[in-house]
Amino acid sequence: MIVELGHFALILAGAIAVVQMVVPFVGAQRGWAGWMAVAEPAAVAQFLFVGFAFAALTWAFVSSDFSLQLVTLNSHTAKPMLYKVTGVWGNHEGSLLLWVLILALFGAAAARFGGNLPPGLKARVLAVQAAVGVAFYGFILFTSNPFLRLEVPPMDGQDLNPLLQDPGLAFHPPFLYLGYVGLSMAFSFAVAALIEGRVDAAWGRWVRPWTLAAWLFLTVGIALGSWWAYYELGWGGFWFWDPVENASFMPWLIAAALLHSAIVVEKREALKAWTILLAILAFGFSLIGTFIVRSGVLTSVHAFANDPERGVFILLILAVFVGGALTLFAARAGALEARGVFSTVSRETGILANNVLLSVACFVVFVGTIWPLVAEMAFGRKLSVGPPFFDAAFTPFMVAIALILPVAAMLPWKRAALGRALAPLRGVLALAVAAGLLAWAVETGRSALGPAGVALGLWVVLGAAADLWGRTGRGPLAGRIARLGRLPRADWGKATAHAGLGVTIFAVAALTAWQVEDIRVAREGERFEVAGYGIELRAVREIEGPNYTATQAEFHVFRGGREVAALFPEKRIYPVARMPTTEAAIDNGLLRDVYLVIGDPQEGGGWAVRTYIKPFANWIWGGAIIMALGGLLSLSDRRYRVAAGARRADPVPVPAE
Amino acid sequence: MRALTLALALLAGPAAAVQPDEMLPDPALEARAREISAGLRCLVCRNESIDESNADLARDLRLLVRERLLAGDSDAEVVAFVVERYGEYVLLKPSATGANLLLWIAGPAMLAAALLAAALYVRRRRAAPEPEAAPLSEAEKARLEELLRG
Repeated sequence: MIVELGHFALILAGAIAVVQMVVPFVGAQRGWAGWMAVAEPAAVAQFLFVGFAFAALTWAFVSSDFSLQLVTLNSHTAKPMLYKVTGVWGNHEGSLLLWVLILALFGAAAARFGGNLPPGLKARVLAVQAAVGVAFYGFILFTSNPFLRLEVPPMDGQDLNPLLQDPGLAFHPPFLYLGYVGLSMAFSFAVAALIEGRVDAAWGRWVRPWTLAAWLFLTVGIALGSWWAYYELGWGGFWFWDPVENASFMPWLIAAALLHSAIVVEKREALKAWTILLAILAFGFSLIGTFIVRSGVLTSVHAFANDPERGVFILLILAVFVGGALTLFAARAGALEARGVFSTVSRETGILANNVLLSVACFVVFVGTIWPLVAEMAFGRKLSVGPPFFDAAFTPFMVAIALILPVAAMLPWKRAALGRALAPLRGVLALAVAAGLLAWAVETGRSALGPAGVALGLWVVLGAAADLWGRTGRGPLAGRIARLGRLPRADWGKATAHAGLGVTIFAVAALTAWQVEDIRVAREGERFEVAGYGIELRAVREIEGPNYTATQAEFHVFRGGREVAALFPEKRIYPVARMPTTEAAIDNGLLRDVYLVIGDPQEGGGWAVRTYIKPFANWIWGGAIIMALGGLLSLSDRRYRVAAGARRADPVPVPAE
Repeated sequence: MRALTLALALLAGPAAAVQPDEMLPDPALEARAREISAGLRCLVCRNESIDESNADLARDLRLLVRERLLAGDSDAEVVAFVVERYGEYVLLKPSATGANLLLWIAGPAMLAAALLAAALYVRRRRAAPEPEAAPLSEAEKARLEELLRG
């Protein structure tokens, strides 16, 4: 019964979305206040109905209702409760329901908290948001209905893919979706502004918090996925340039660019058309990402035929929305006149450079991702584009961004003297170079990567600190320290996010350059040395988990005669899903991880054992978390909470930048 | 979502790749083998190099690479040998030949174009006249009036 109600609620939500798409839009075009006012209650009602549908599906999973096809295919009574709940979105249909839930959530949030938006803009934004919703309701109801019943329910389900039964992965999709779908808000604002033909400082200010929120959720989502890959896949890789990974990385890059260019719109009324284009592209890449993942067209060209209906549907959504928005853009962009004037050396130019690098980097990832498809269809060449290509083609952009970031971040708006802006950075530069040289002198192996990572990371982190310190003005030390605490949160957010990027850059370089790997056969009771650590395989035994069996090894790790950790890596078999998984055991440390994997028994006795010493591994995700925290700090800045401002006649003074 | 695909990719078995019995006794030669393997695709996997993959075919290829190295081939010769047998699909870093040149120059070309466009934009903004404040709308005039009186 609850399931049927959920199904019905989903259909109703779709119907409300149709109303929300049409009525407020017509109202805004004709200037009918009553019609425009429909948007707000419609957005809230739509959210409540999808929320109910989602709750109903969750209930079906929690109560193991195997009369539902989706539950049978993806759940099992013996599965832990956490994974029964996360199993709701651990499959195509359920994850799409989560997608529309978040879409409706953002719409409702904009309706509820967008009190300061002019009614016309608000009605159009919510109408566009609803239009995206309508497309996805159609997608769910016609091709991927999660509420289909089975005529003969089985006794038990087929279990969720064991790899998904993991805390890191359980919350990876919701964060990614919050990011993807959050970008739909920026898209709706962009399309509404194009229809209105008006983009001004106030628009820049309204669109920024949504982009910031989407970006920070994407950051967390990508970091969670990367962290999961690190500890779950059994060799401690953290990024594979897999098409599906790239699908989430491209919107992140564009969102990062949009985040910055919207500041220029807000503060200086320039880069307007470009910012609108970025907003369209950001959501476009989210849709492309969805298409790539759902159709399987890129992971294997032939998988497309497996599910043509779904792939074609998403392609259609992509064509209609991005194609339509770009057409509108082409027609209207000329009317978006820039007002701000700035010289060649200025913050505006710095942000422009950031935008060029980020968007071209995204373009490189995009071309690399689709190239196998293009090469096969256009040139008849069946080839692969893998990590070695992306490492070579993408890394220079990150290096360039890291190099210019501290300088651009400190340039004043409008007109700057490069010499004066650079003065506070001289010490930072000297320190970063010295640290890089020190790393070069100390390291074994003489790779340039590690020292370069140290220098770049330090340059960015200390540059962010210098930026913050520079904001305190002049005068005695005590006064400046006191002012540090009173700086707007946006300043702290900016410095924090930039520092987080520095930390991640350093960590990626350090881990890649300095990790140590050891592969060997070890017998029980044997002890061996890896990079100064003594590692002893004490025993190997069979154990029984709630829904799996496992071979578990007991290792003891020693350093300088003292035991530092006891680790228990496992090889699991999930009988219901008939799938083996490797559970690496990791001793997390501030400066290094000790990463142990137990392999197969060997013919002559003993076990295959893999040991990795991974320096600064946790700093990679730590940096990402710091970046997200920076976004959160910025988002909590009072100018977003206090009156998001009427157009132009803004009663709240904008903190000087 | 990525997980779903990765999960599928790993159906063959997720345990890590190179087995102890495959490794060459000479560490320098083994290091070269690892480097070559990292650039060769496991043909039956989704997006893994033979160095990472646990599939049987990947193991065969790893052994083949080591065999060629022991026979005295240079790195390039080993790669050429594998490509000749399995096609350019095995190369994770596509060769810069023919149409692939497009792939390799796409980034630099786009960067040059973007920089040029940005430079033109900056030049225009630099030369543009300072904007005059836009005239107030009726509503804004009324509000100003109100503020000035109050």
